[in-house]
Amino acid sequence: MTQPLLTVENLNVGFATKSGIVQAATDINFEIFPGEVLAVVGESGSGKSVTALALMRLHPDNTIVSGNVNFDGHDLLNMSDRDMRAIRGSDVAMIFQDPMTAMNPVFSVGNQIVETIRVHDSSVSKQEAWTKAVDLLKLVGVPEPKQRASQYPHEYSGGMRQRAMIAMAIANDPKLLIADEPTTALDVTVQAQVMEVLHEVQAETGSAMMLITHDLGLVAGSADRVQVMYASRLMETGSIDQIFYESQNPYTRALLESIPDIDGLKEELSPIPGNPPSLLNPSAGCAFRPRCKFAQDVCATEVPPRISVGVNHTSRCALALELPAPAGASAGDAS
Amino acid sequence: MADTDIRPNSDSEPTSTPQKVAVADAEGLSEKPKTFGQLARERFFGHKLALIGGIGLLLLVVLFLVGPLFSEWEFDQRNVRDRKQGPSAEHWFGTDEIGRDLFVRTARGGWYSMQIGVIAAFVATTVGTVLGALAGYFGKLWDIVVTNLVNLILTVPAIIVLSVFANKFGAGKWGLALVLAGLLWTRIARVVRGVILSIKEQEYIMAAKAAGASHARILFRHLLPNVMGAIAVEITLLVGSVIVLESTLSFLGLGVKPPNASLGTLVRDAKGDIDSDPLRVLTPGIFIVLIVLCVNFLGDGLRDALDPRATGADSKEAQQAKKAAKKARKQIQKAGAHNAADTRADGTSS
Repeated sequence: MTQPLLTVENLNVGFATKSGIVQAATDINFEIFPGEVLAVVGESGSGKSVTALALMRLHPDNTIVSGNVNFDGHDLLNMSDRDMRAIRGSDVAMIFQDPMTAMNPVFSVGNQIVETIRVHDSSVSKQEAWTKAVDLLKLVGVPEPKQRASQYPHEYSGGMRQRAMIAMAIANDPKLLIADEPTTALDVTVQAQVMEVLHEVQAETGSAMMLITHDLGLVAGSADRVQVMYASRLMETGSIDQIFYESQNPYTRALLESIPDIDGLKEELSPIPGNPPSLLNPSAGCAFRPRCKFAQDVCATEVPPRISVGVNHTSRCALALELPAPAGASAGDAS
Repeated sequence: MADTDIRPNSDSEPTSTPQKVAVADAEGLSEKPKTFGQLARERFFGHKLALIGGIGLLLLVVLFLVGPLFSEWEFDQRNVRDRKQGPSAEHWFGTDEIGRDLFVRTARGGWYSMQIGVIAAFVATTVGTVLGALAGYFGKLWDIVVTNLVNLILTVPAIIVLSVFANKFGAGKWGLALVLAGLLWTRIARVVRGVILSIKEQEYIMAAKAAGASHARILFRHLLPNVMGAIAVEITLLVGSVIVLESTLSFLGLGVKPPNASLGTLVRDAKGDIDSDPLRVLTPGIFIVLIVLCVNFLGDGLRDALDPRATGADSKEAQQAKKAAKKARKQIQKAGAHNAADTRADGTSS
């Protein structure tokens, strides 16, 4: 078995606020293997982005982080700032959600890529870096890359900017790409193009990717494994098929059921009733209990442990394996 | 076109076939994009007020430096017989109460004021930018120290401090400029701190961090260039304030010592005769106003020129189109005003 590229153990992230500690990520355990795409799915505020930022140590000052993060032999949470900077952008690169604001308006796009390259390897001359920047822009499908490289971010369209962001992220051949909702700010038509670019680039460079999104459709088409988060905890982790067809977690199922059916067979949307709980003073028991249609008495008293429900498939639910067969279990019928 | 083409071999494709150029033309990319410097220059020269300010300043400098060479008088040369004269061919701006030529003295004073303005503004900007940037970026102790220092200095009555320092260090160009800078850097620091506080929360700063940039790099390469526009405006306002403040000081007798002159001392010397000879007060006063105005216009232009988000200067066609549109609008308005009902349709269709 290959060695995981990234191992996260017992990661807890909390924000110290005036009214107390907001627990944004609790007891997170996962690993990412070289070359694979791990999707992290969840509602807004479920802790996806916070987890990613904590891995990069880019969280705000009032954050309390504990746990163990091992990346390629480096202890990310305990290394010096200087060493951390050396890893950021070269071994681990990040693609941000909003390409409109994630580029510096005063530098041309080419220059920003040149900068990313030269921060980590100052032996590369400016000309070499520029040539590489043009190649990268071409790789991500920016038309007229030579001219486009000397243009400024405001002269790019949204999709084009996200492409440039991707070019910037892969400039130093990172081993791990963290894409934080890379298509959320884009038009639906552009989303598909950008995902395609991201995919080809990821296949090209062989880097692993942590794809953070709340779009299950995006996940289905592009991830190897999926990890579902709810109220700061990992609810279920498994392969695409395991999550989509053999889910052993009521939250995952509710999430899947709430996707509108494009064939129009379902007439009404089935949203999850209620709202996500506050993370400030979490109540005892399972965080999803108030909204869960399978809830039992056990669920109110203790936080369910992660139960192994299959090969590399875990679910945080007291009733896992006892749930009725999922509704859409026609395709990957294993249970 | 090449939208979905993501093959990596960049060199295999010819870079510009004729068709490609045609396509690029449609997108407005036919010419090579201009560099930031080119754009800034273009915008600056397209800015009429800025041009007027720049040329005006140049003319003033030439007048102050070259003008006295054409005059036969020295700035401290007394000529008691010709005292308190009005403008004449011999004394272009007239003479003061001990017969010194006022043109030469005005030129000398103007140049002196300009020098002090530039030195003080430069020093104040450097100090203010550095401290403001540190306070804004690092926050915490830096912020507490700098903001409180700024507040402290803002509470200090400038005139009193200046009078003390002027007595202690004399009224030399450098002494005055440095004391003024010491009082005025706070404005720049506050502006820079404020701008940086807002910019550092932008996602591109986070992105720069995520790319492994160090604090120094983020400060100098990412934050400061974004502050340049604000600084440019603030500098020019500062030059103006320094010149006015220096004039005030000199007027109060705390600045330049005789027989040297600054625009402020010239106004003071003339104030006794304001009823009989108002020109003697007005001339140096007008020069103060001219310098400050020119510098402010220049700052306006610089701010627009250094704004990276602005588009290039309007091309000639665009300007013509704008003018035509304005003309048409005026015609419509005129027509509408003259006989509202009849010519309206006519006017709008033209």
